Amino acid sequence: MSDPVLSVAHLSVDLGGRSILRNVSFDLYPGQLCALIGENGAGKTTLLRSLLGLTAHRSGQALIDGAPADQRRALVGYVPQKIAFDPDVPLRTRDLVQLGLDGHRLGLPLFLGRKKALVDQALHAVWAEAFADQRVGELSGGQQQRAVIAHALVRQPRLLILDEPLANLDFGSANALVTLLGTLTRTQQIAVLVTAHDMNPLLPVMDRLVYLVGGQAATGSVEEVVQPDVLSKLYGYPVTVLRHGRRILVLPDAVAEDAETCTASHVPHPEKAD
Amino acid sequence: MFSSFMINTWIASTAIAFVAAFVGFFVVTRRSAFAAHALPLGAFPGAAAANLMGINPLIGMLIFVGMGVFLLRQLVRMGRRDVGTGLVLVLFLGVGALLLSMTSEYAPAVFSLLFGEVLGVSDADLWPILGICVLVVVGIALYFRPLLLDSTFPDLAALQGIRAARMDLVFLTLLALVTATALPVVGAFLVFTLLVGPPAAAQALSGNPMRVLVLSVMFAEGCIWSAIALSYWTNWPIGFFVGTIGAGLFMGARSYRHWNQRQRNFLVV
Ligand SMILES: Nc1ncnc2c1ncn2[C@@H]1O[C@H](COP(=O)(O)OP(=O)(O)O)[C@@H](O)[C@H]1O
Ligand SMILES: [Mg+2]
Repeated sequence: MSDPVLSVAHLSVDLGGRSILRNVSFDLYPGQLCALIGENGAGKTTLLRSLLGLTAHRSGQALIDGAPADQRRALVGYVPQKIAFDPDVPLRTRDLVQLGLDGHRLGLPLFLGRKKALVDQALHAVWAEAFADQRVGELSGGQQQRAVIAHALVRQPRLLILDEPLANLDFGSANALVTLLGTLTRTQQIAVLVTAHDMNPLLPVMDRLVYLVGGQAATGSVEEVVQPDVLSKLYGYPVTVLRHGRRILVLPDAVAEDAETCTASHVPHPEKAD
Repeated sequence: MFSSFMINTWIASTAIAFVAAFVGFFVVTRRSAFAAHALPLGAFPGAAAANLMGINPLIGMLIFVGMGVFLLRQLVRMGRRDVGTGLVLVLFLGVGALLLSMTSEYAPAVFSLLFGEVLGVSDADLWPILGICVLVVVGIALYFRPLLLDSTFPDLAALQGIRAARMDLVFLTLLALVTATALPVVGAFLVFTLLVGPPAAAQALSGNPMRVLVLSVMFAEGCIWSAIALSYWTNWPIGFFVGTIGAGLFMGARSYRHWNQRQRNFLVV
């Protein structure tokens, strides 16, 4: 296997005098999609920000393509958790996307041939053509998120990091985004790191899982970690893993019993069609 | 109105409106209107001090806005931006009051520093004004994209290596330079109007950054030219006209946008 795009070793982070992350280690290789799972406040955002060099760490290291993040900026795309543009910001969706390409450059922004093609391509990838010329501040939460994803994609990153991208999306959009992430991982050999508090929507596309609990991380492949005994230990309460064809569903035990009666009563399932 | 006596006035105010629109674009985008209000008033004791010591008021103002930027950054680092800005503002006004109490003949000079005196631009004043204006326009044009990303989404800017602290320093420095040049011509209160009114009106009309920049310049020029002409004919203070036209532009553009949005919603429904 090639070298890891992201290599985190013994990373510890303190915030406001409190220890938030302790001794976190994992590697991420090109063409892999890794889900970073943990409850609210587990430290997912903190971990991402310290990987990106936006938050200082106490000890350990996080290397992107073998170097600290500040030397590898061009390789990374980042979609933060909190996206809230002021309604008045003088930016259209396409301007925001173009700033992903040249925001650090000096001089006035001008749309030139090659750049415009790249911007259009990124807008197309997240189905954002319809609002390309609209102000970002007037878009819905989900549309703003797609605009920021396009801002990250236009950089043609080798490592794409998304913080809770599914939290604000309806079922259909979440599904479409998961499919997009899966496609990017497979076809362009990008490494993708996605946080979520619920792993279920990501299960169809993820290869690896980092589970954050109590400031520490459990890491492994989906086969290793998505097992009832392993997950029950991590969550701290009994969990059932339901498998249905290629689909997997992780549920707390009480809910899982209801779900089983549900399948038992033969509710028509869309997947049975194919 | 276009006598040789007035030529310098036209040139200086055209240049000032131009740079005020450039810097104002970021005053509005960064929501820094309060800083744009505090810095001119902080510069004004500088002019008073310079008068007291018999040196060029522009130098006095540059020193004071420089100190203003420094203090602003120090206080803002300690906590809330609005509180820090307010404290700097009052501190400078206090110093200004003290300095003015030491001079004997200050009433008309103070009035013109606060409300502007467009007819007082001499040849010797003109060149430093133009020099600083060119510097500021080049500064904004150079830092336009990093400032734009930092002003709208600081985390994404940081990811590209754009440091928020440096952008803040660049922005405040350019704001301070505009302030010091514009203050003797349009006055401390009206620098603020020029910095905020035209760009805010432009942002209500378009979301395209380059178009907003061009519209801001057009509005600022329109505002200052008509203010000079009206003040010349009526003999009323220019400040009255700059203030009224600036606020009018803003309200007009805002109303147009609301009306436009309603129309769109109506059509969709
Ligand atoms: N700036 C900060 N100072 C002190 N504590 C913080 C700060 N930011 C976050 N925290 C704490 O760090 C923990 C992890 O937060 P976060 O990484 O945002 O969690 P998650 O993204 O998993 O929901 C939380 O307990 C939060 O209270
Ligand atoms: Mg978070």
